[in-house]
Amino acid sequence: MSIDRRDFLKMIGASAVFALGGMGVVDGIVKDNVEAEQFRPEPGALLAKQWAMVIDMRKFKTEGDYKRIISACNNIHNIPDFSDSKHEVKWIWTDTFEHAFPEQEQGYAPESLKEMPIPLLCNHCENPPCVRVCPTKATFKRKDGLVMQDMHRCIGCRFCMAACPYGSRSFNWTDPRPHIKKENPDYPTRMRGVVEKCTFCVERLAEGKMPACVEASNGAMMFGDLSDPNSEIRKVLESNYTIRRKSELGTGPNIYYIIGGADNAREGAKRE
Amino acid sequence: MLEKALSGSRNYWTWVLSLLAVIGVGVIFYLRQFDYGLGVTGMSRDVSWGLYIGQFTFFVGVAASAVMLVIPFYLHNYKKFGRMVILGEFLAVSAVLMCMLFIFVDMGQPTRVVNMFLHPTPNSVMFFDAVVLFGYLLLNITIGWTSMNAEKKGFAPPAWVKPLVYISIPWAFSIHTVTAFLYAGLPGREYWLTAIMAARFLASAFAAGPALLIILAIIVRKVSKFDPGKEAIKSIGKIVAYAMAANVFFLLLEVFTAFYSSIPGEKNPFFYLYAGLQGHGRLVLLMWTSAILAVISLVLLIVPKTRNTEKTLLAACGAVFASLWIDKGFGLVVGGFVPNPFGTITEYWPTIPESFIVLAVWAIGALVLTILYKVAISIREENAGIEIEH
Ligand code: SF4
Ligand code: SF4
Ligand code: SF4
Repeated sequence: MSIDRRDFLKMIGASAVFALGGMGVVDGIVKDNVEAEQFRPEPGALLAKQWAMVIDMRKFKTEGDYKRIISACNNIHNIPDFSDSKHEVKWIWTDTFEHAFPEQEQGYAPESLKEMPIPLLCNHCENPPCVRVCPTKATFKRKDGLVMQDMHRCIGCRFCMAACPYGSRSFNWTDPRPHIKKENPDYPTRMRGVVEKCTFCVERLAEGKMPACVEASNGAMMFGDLSDPNSEIRKVLESNYTIRRKSELGTGPNIYYIIGGADNAREGAKRE
Repeated sequence: MLEKALSGSRNYWTWVLSLLAVIGVGVIFYLRQFDYGLGVTGMSRDVSWGLYIGQFTFFVGVAASAVMLVIPFYLHNYKKFGRMVILGEFLAVSAVLMCMLFIFVDMGQPTRVVNMFLHPTPNSVMFFDAVVLFGYLLLNITIGWTSMNAEKKGFAPPAWVKPLVYISIPWAFSIHTVTAFLYAGLPGREYWLTAIMAARFLASAFAAGPALLIILAIIVRKVSKFDPGKEAIKSIGKIVAYAMAANVFFLLLEVFTAFYSSIPGEKNPFFYLYAGLQGHGRLVLLMWTSAILAVISLVLLIVPKTRNTEKTLLAACGAVFASLWIDKGFGLVVGGFVPNPFGTITEYWPTIPESFIVLAVWAIGALVLTILYKVAISIREENAGIEIEH
């Protein structure tokens, strides 16, 4: 789906100059396009009203468990590797429990819990501040809950980065292409000056596949439709204690974490 | 009228040429940025806005402050501002132009800037900001230029200017309020998430803008025969005094809320800015400079004797301007990003290319201001002695 849409938007971009007089018209076409493609999904595509993810920390045992999911995403999506952390582009990465959940601060928690690496990615918020602030609708929310990014419309103002309370967004401070280790020709590369982030693997969902990180996680990550009471993730959420990052901000994050009990915390120490 | 800007003394031309030189250097650095990307600046994934947006914010304030002359003159018929008011309006014009340039140089994809208008997004504060700024620019150009033109011919300005002037008053408040909303509505940025942000912005704007205007008026009087009037300068000094006092008061309110509530997210940016946090404190010296300058300026402004003496008033205005430039044009932006959402710290400091690009935008602002003032002053010099009713 993404390719069609991109090409279409490129076309719109080219004709934008002529369309100055008919702004409303252009807008209408773009909107219709988005909606049309959501109503006419390709056969076999995975559909949902609200996609969400559960990450079960009890199942992350070794360093390799983290590496696998991260490189699955990096390799498919042509994520560049910048040595300078200031210019870093990342869709999924890890940080310690303490940093991921600062509001859970507790001095006497086991060190192993505080230091436990947590996989972090865009939360595809239900009420996303990044979408609210974007002056061009380059970042937008789809009807199935995915928060998407249109690289061809983004003007690179970085308002969305200031608005995202999770640090989920990366900006291309310079041309990322020379920093891509091995390019995947099936996925577009990006250019300097635009913002990007995890897409919940929209291109794979359209082909009936689960997100790459989920597939690579050996069951440690689950993905499904939150609005379907019979979905696997609804069952998991009903039978486990889960937490979300900074849910007090009202953003409605759609990544749920199962941290696990003391056993898991003890295990956590071994993962470093 | 523009031809008036084409004849001038040697000093005038030296000044104009130096500005052009600074602009030239900045353009070269900008081309480098355009080609390589915003990676030439000191900004990062964690501190994703820097000096450009800070300067934008600061100069929106300068632009809005013209209203501090417009209100007394047009609404209260305070005649002493008669000769000053045009300087304020033209300052607003050049400040808004600078704001637009700062936004432009901050964009990752500047060639797509029209997307903002091709896909108007009413829920985005940035979209609103662009709209109100553009409107304010048009208002001030129209008002300033028409008044000048009328004055040149020795007439009072046409009647349709008055309603525009009245519109420009709430409009000035709106540009700075909307600019504050860019910051004040973001979840998770505690340093910005404060209802008093717009009020603080207006207070600091009404201090910094008129302070700059006093400095400019004194320069104008030095280099030309045009005298904005001693009384006018004195009155503006009073405005600066009140506004600066309000600004410092508002800042102290923030400090109280952060430290009495003792919520770490509220306190940490203050710690980072004024004391250093987790071993990082690149802005500490700068922020204290701002604080000390604020105190000095307040003393000079509040004591009537120093406020009414032009030399000390000039020093006070310099201190106000520098203090607020640091606080709002630099510290404010960085404080929102440090610490980052993970509670860790990435520091920011502008790079050389970034600084030269900022300098060039100032130089463009100064050039536009010089030209506008030159026209205004030449007309005043020719018409010396004729008092015009606005
Ligand atoms: S996590 Fe950030 S980028 Fe992702 S939807 Fe929420 S606010 Fe937007
Ligand atoms: S950087 Fe791009 S996506 Fe983000 S707010 Fe600006 S235009 Fe929208
Ligand atoms: S869902 Fe897809 S895009 Fe998002 S982190 Fe996982 S692999 Fe990457």
